Amino acid sequence: MDQIAPTTVPITDAERDELRRHGILLTGLEELYNWGRSRSVWPLNFGLACCAIEMIAASMAKFDIARFGSEVFRPSPRQADLLIVSGTVTKKMAPQVVRLWNQMPEPKFCIAMGACAISGGPFKQGYNVLKGIDRFIPVDIYIPGCPPRPEALLHGLVQLQEKMRGQTISGPDAPRHLRADLDCDCPIPEFGEHDLEPPQNDILFQPPASPVRTPKA
Amino acid sequence: METPEQIRDRLLARFPGAQVTVVVNGSPSAQHSLLVDAAHGREMAGFLRDDPVLKLDQCSNVTGVDWPEKEVVETRKTTVPDPAGGTPKIIEEKSKRIEPGCLEVVYHLFSVALRHGPVVLRMRTGNRTDAVTLPSLTPVWRSCEFQEREVFDLFGVKFDGHPDLRRILMWDAFKDHPMRKDYVEPDDYEWEPTPHGDVLAKAKKHFPAPAAPAAAPTPPTATA
Amino acid sequence: MQDLSPGGAHVRAVHDEFHGDLLEVSMGPHHPSTHGVFRMVVTLDGERIVKLKPVFGYLHRNHEKLGEGTSYLGSMPYTDRLDYLCSMTNNWAYAVAVEKLAGLTVPERAEYVRVILAELTRLLNHTCLAGFLMQDCGCSGTPLMYAFREREKILDLFESLSGSRMMCNYQRFGGCRVDPPADWLARAQTLVDGYTAFLDEFEALLTGNEIVMARTQGVGCMSAALAVSAGVTGPALRATGVAHDLRKVDGYGVYPRFNFRVPLGAHGDVYDRYMIRVLEMRESVGILQQALAGLPGGPIMNPAAKLRGFRPKAGEAYGRIEGPKGEIGFYLISDGSPNPWRYRVRPPSFINLTILEDMCLGHTVADAVIILGSVDIVLGEVDR
Repeated sequence: MDQIAPTTVPITDAERDELRRHGILLTGLEELYNWGRSRSVWPLNFGLACCAIEMIAASMAKFDIARFGSEVFRPSPRQADLLIVSGTVTKKMAPQVVRLWNQMPEPKFCIAMGACAISGGPFKQGYNVLKGIDRFIPVDIYIPGCPPRPEALLHGLVQLQEKMRGQTISGPDAPRHLRADLDCDCPIPEFGEHDLEPPQNDILFQPPASPVRTPKA
Repeated sequence: METPEQIRDRLLARFPGAQVTVVVNGSPSAQHSLLVDAAHGREMAGFLRDDPVLKLDQCSNVTGVDWPEKEVVETRKTTVPDPAGGTPKIIEEKSKRIEPGCLEVVYHLFSVALRHGPVVLRMRTGNRTDAVTLPSLTPVWRSCEFQEREVFDLFGVKFDGHPDLRRILMWDAFKDHPMRKDYVEPDDYEWEPTPHGDVLAKAKKHFPAPAAPAAAPTPPTATA
Repeated sequence: MQDLSPGGAHVRAVHDEFHGDLLEVSMGPHHPSTHGVFRMVVTLDGERIVKLKPVFGYLHRNHEKLGEGTSYLGSMPYTDRLDYLCSMTNNWAYAVAVEKLAGLTVPERAEYVRVILAELTRLLNHTCLAGFLMQDCGCSGTPLMYAFREREKILDLFESLSGSRMMCNYQRFGGCRVDPPADWLARAQTLVDGYTAFLDEFEALLTGNEIVMARTQGVGCMSAALAVSAGVTGPALRATGVAHDLRKVDGYGVYPRFNFRVPLGAHGDVYDRYMIRVLEMRESVGILQQALAGLPGGPIMNPAAKLRGFRPKAGEAYGRIEGPKGEIGFYLISDGSPNPWRYRVRPPSFINLTILEDMCLGHTVADAVIILGSVDIVLGEVDR
């Protein structure tokens, strides 16, 4: 895919609309590619905790995630594009989540749904609770809430679609799967005697520095 | 249902040499419990299950309690008569005593057949380090099977006679017993802008505020 | 005495027509039919299960340790997240334990409101469970869609009363947080009036369905003696024919005032466990009608109850209620400080899984899936 030159649209939007009125659809490869994949995101059928129930509710009659093209929940990670981390990730579960992420083919995306998946949430002080799934896998969209309402999940999905539509398919800003220099696999942590080893993926996650109060002059 | 004192008397009559004491519960719930010695624990549990008056056929809840050793300060007052004939002096003597710690396992027994309960049964280990073996009651009530594994996992009580004593909630390589009061959890808290008070206290230990103004925080490496 | 030990003589004989190699399969923790992150290590002879070891802990969020580090009231929102389908009954069980510990009484109106909310929760849980069970049977879609449609109606009620759909955090020690207004009660009445029609529709689809009966009858039987010894409670116990419903046995709250029956099964198989739940929902509708009709006026909170700076005196208490999944209990030890010294949850779905292996032996893998579904587990409560 590296050979594809950056696509440029030499005509204006008004001219395109004029052509469309005559039944001629003019688009770029990038736009077509992004339009196609953003409208058919297949999530992994993977529930962790409370948020999974709201994820199921989002796929049921009242909220109907099918309106956004994502009703095909696949049980196998090999067929899924989107990992919705729906709930508390415990340290005992974290290696399995990373393994599922590695088993998903590119292009793939990750939504951290709910406070627990983002930071550990109300269970942050638990000894067996991973304080945010972004310590091990890259997260695209964070949805706050405990649990987020199904509408919030739909909003997160729409945001993800926006993100996909904004991606370029070549050049230095190309997504992970179109570049040869980026490794897509995340190392899987191992069970240690007191904690996971390593406790975080240092390439992905660096704890923010603590605030500094400048002493008054 | 019989009172705990009546059950104690019947147990002592049935098992001579056993030790049974009634632990008084000071709360309004008035659920007093029976502390039994580990050596006779299983026989007494079997008796409670099969006894026609009690018929405690359901062991509803099994749990551990950690009692770490604590320092008890005792004040003893002695009256010393004044040699001059005045009012006697009261001298307070303070003595410190270390009360040994133990691990305790509590069983809540009910009768489904006779619809009564709970009878609360307790057993205590000798200490919290090496004498932590208690008899398993899984041969008496099946419901103890997973719950005793949980007590083993989280408190470190070893159950003698348990068919499958492994860790149940934590992974097998895990070494600690996290429900003990002196458990030290791994410190993996990061600084966050609006923390919960306890989280902030823990995060400060890990990320001490630098003395000089530091550079702006480094953004995470972009991979997505 | 009958031998009820694991792997004892009661375990049904495993068929051994083929003497091939045994195959060990790990089902879960990511498996669409394990209702969360539950794992079973299944040893198979052909398609028959000869050994099944459940593996827990993938959602062990340290509920009890957190409960010991926070105040009594601070644990109330955590109980919502135990069995996240039934936050109202979890709240109630915890409130009952604390009320026993502190000797608090509850006003009559609050007791009625608690009954109304608990029975709505029972409808919610059993409806969803029936949907999930049929999903596990391979009936993908329709029953679960119907169940979630009704769930949304009940959640709307919960949300307008407590402010949250799932995590209600509504009960308090000595009462309830807010008084339900008249229009809320009118909406609840409308829902209850319409629920029987939904149950008729749901049952017409499932109960007499020949495929459902062929799939579930005679599968996953458990005997009454084993169920009692293994601490099984709730619909799974009553499906074996043991009349043990804490609403009748303990008579807590104002349940003795209501006229309702306890459905009992005869075989203890998956179909009986399904039927018990459907019949219980019909009884719940009856209780709701009586409770809504007889709701008295008065305060919703005991004025003597203290929420801030609550320090019960040293002692301990075990309180339990009949949750939708079975006996949910809380065991608290107080040392007189604002935090409990020991905070223990008696989780019904965890203890009901004790004899999962006994129920599954000799059945096929596909049957193990529906047996697990019929036990009705929620992993937040199993692993806590």
